[in-house]
Amino acid sequence: MLQDYGAIALLMAVALIFPFIPLFVSAYIQTKKPTTEKLSTYECGVDTIGKTWVQFKTSYFLYALVFVVFDIETVFLYPWAVKFQVMGTFAFVEMLIFVAILVLGLCYAWRKGALEWQ
Amino acid sequence: MRPLVEEMIGGPAWLADLAMIAVQIGAIFAVIMASAIVLVYAERKVSAFMQMRIGPNRVGPWGILQTTADMLKLLSKEDIVPRAAERRVWALAPVLLFVPAVAAYAVLPLDAGLVFADLNIGIFYFVAISSQATLPFLMAGWASNNKYALLGGMRTVAQMISYEIPLVFSLLGVVMLTGSMKMSDIVGAQRDFWFILIQPAAFLVYVIAATAETNRTPFDLVEAESEIIAGPFTEYSGMRWSLFFLAEYANLVAVSAIAATVFLGGWQGPWLPGWLWFTAKVVMMIYVFMWFRWTFPRIRVDQLMSFGWKGLLPLALVNVVVTGIGIYIAQQWRG
Repeated sequence: MLQDYGAIALLMAVALIFPFIPLFVSAYIQTKKPTTEKLSTYECGVDTIGKTWVQFKTSYFLYALVFVVFDIETVFLYPWAVKFQVMGTFAFVEMLIFVAILVLGLCYAWRKGALEWQ
Repeated sequence: MRPLVEEMIGGPAWLADLAMIAVQIGAIFAVIMASAIVLVYAERKVSAFMQMRIGPNRVGPWGILQTTADMLKLLSKEDIVPRAAERRVWALAPVLLFVPAVAAYAVLPLDAGLVFADLNIGIFYFVAISSQATLPFLMAGWASNNKYALLGGMRTVAQMISYEIPLVFSLLGVVMLTGSMKMSDIVGAQRDFWFILIQPAAFLVYVIAATAETNRTPFDLVEAESEIIAGPFTEYSGMRWSLFFLAEYANLVAVSAIAATVFLGGWQGPWLPGWLWFTAKVVMMIYVFMWFRWTFPRIRVDQLMSFGWKGLLPLALVNVVVTGIGIYIAQQWRG
């Protein structure tokens, strides 16, 4: 099992290095003629006005918060799903309770308007 | 193949292991490159036929060399680094996006026993890895210092995290039925019938969520060329831009392969060899994704969010509960 993870680590390392090969080749055969206009920020014909990095819409962050809650719950649900058939009635009742809590959380977020796009 | 490699190298066992891993990594990259080249062409031809057009037909017979020509063109394109961009983060984003796309291939069982790493947390590993793709998109969007790119980057993150939850829940039912997260066990459990037959709702949720995860139409608000130019890709050109697309097609193949493995019986099938069955199922899934693209119009961002959280997520939760009740009743029945 440890060897499997070693192999995956190696795969990721190769995946990280691999994109540099075409970038390297490309750097050699491309024509490079930078001009002021070419290097300016892309806009529809005119220059951009104001800063890009401004305070952003809060809706995105509300979704992110709800996401974190649900994502952590899924981490708990996977081991439970694996052992579901072995544990019988206990796991079944536990599932109902756990999903009820999940639904309650979803209903709460829904009622509070966290899922509305404002 | 292992004994053959061992004989050729003749060194200690770990060297042969390393050589085997190297060969497998090479095979994975070959599959990704080949599928990207074929898919770019297929995507254009399929869309052409769906719109009663001819599609690419100039380079080579039936235009089959079109992708090769495109690749050569992209290689020789100037790599424009916008002056305003945060250079290091900007340059790193396409490279980093490539890593989760490739890493997802590690757990795909192509045939009986033909899998790079048959982890005991296989399906969970896939979910964990594929969600890492969010970060490079945000990096690209933010570091470009372009308003369109930032909007696109923010939308990507919102969309990918919203649809990841239904995706994860949809796979949960299958894990409950199998009692294992190992890919080979999941395929093995489908010897008599495919999981799509007893988990149709989960399959539906998975396909929709996977479309959103790969940022394809109708969930391509990320790029939405008619409103935000190309989203996070706006400031990229040449090879860096094509890296994004390479990763995108690699992801498309990966999610199709997971659908084929988890719901459509993987490599199992009569008469033909396993890998052929697997390939056929993956190709069919990819075709479905391409079909979606020309069937559904792009949806609005508020519709996207409410559909994910108020439609798909409750459906996926109900599916988990119904699966649980079904398994419990079946167990009691059998005593």
